[in-house]
Amino acid sequence: MHSPMEQFEIKRLLHLKILGVDASFTNSATWMVIAVILATAVFVYGMRQRALVPSRLQSVAELGYEFVAGMVRDNVGDGGKKYFPFILTLFIFILFCNVLGMVPYSFTPTSHIVVTFAMAAFVFIGVTIIGFAKQGLHFLSLFVPKGVPFALLLLLVPIEIISYFIRPFSLSIRLFANMLAGHTMLKVFGGFVVMLGVVGGWAPLAFIVVFTGLELLIAFLQAYVFAILTCLYLNDAVHLHH
Amino acid sequence: MDASAAKLIGAGLATIALAGVGVGIGNIFGSFVSGALRNPEAAPRVFGNVLLGFALTEAVALFALVIAFMILFVF
Repeated sequence: MHSPMEQFEIKRLLHLKILGVDASFTNSATWMVIAVILATAVFVYGMRQRALVPSRLQSVAELGYEFVAGMVRDNVGDGGKKYFPFILTLFIFILFCNVLGMVPYSFTPTSHIVVTFAMAAFVFIGVTIIGFAKQGLHFLSLFVPKGVPFALLLLLVPIEIISYFIRPFSLSIRLFANMLAGHTMLKVFGGFVVMLGVVGGWAPLAFIVVFTGLELLIAFLQAYVFAILTCLYLNDAVHLHH
Repeated sequence: MDASAAKLIGAGLATIALAGVGVGIGNIFGSFVSGALRNPEAAPRVFGNVLLGFALTEAVALFALVIAFMILFVF
């Protein structure tokens, strides 16, 4: 019997070594490239006709665009227009990685904390730079809640600072743990099907079918949560009132 | 006590976090249903927030899972 964690194993497909750094092309990288190619294909191929009455694929591309555009508009406002391409890229990339991970025998790049933490750290550093660039040192007032007595501030300011610096960790762990837990659970129940055989195997099989549907929802939901939290963080940096 | 036995107990204890998460998720959907029954018109508009709250709460359970995995596999 294989271990349920075996699906997360990174395999080197192409051995590369650049300046002493291991830069091998792995299965994780392969699936990221596939996600990028597919996402680009949906948008470029879908929008090639630019019909007034959209075809099915064009509707998909437009829906995705509109969905993220609405999200940025509602959460960041007009100042967020500049960052819309970034949020769209982030959302579509995570969505495609998550959903492609549901294909049997595929690999989910977002189930590795290196990948999600790289994205979350990029968002965190980017938002901090934008905040300081837009607001100057006034950005530090983010850590001082309004209308709070001074004695309480001594307690609240450190909490606010800690919660600010914990953002990249919670953002990355949320996505990675969701993917890890979902896929592990599916494989564990897959093991139950094999163990129980023809007699009792249908019960965990039915569970897997239902749970695959839930996993697809979670794959979308986690991409949505990652993107919307990025929007909320950007809103802090751009508008500064909370 | 054996170190590996203590590990297993610790990983089991880490799942206590699920109690809080259960309360949290139940609270989110319970409030949503009772709110939706009072004002069905407004229900679709807040459903996105419900899902966001669900995902954020569920993540807390997964933090506990990560801790359990760390206890089991890292140390």
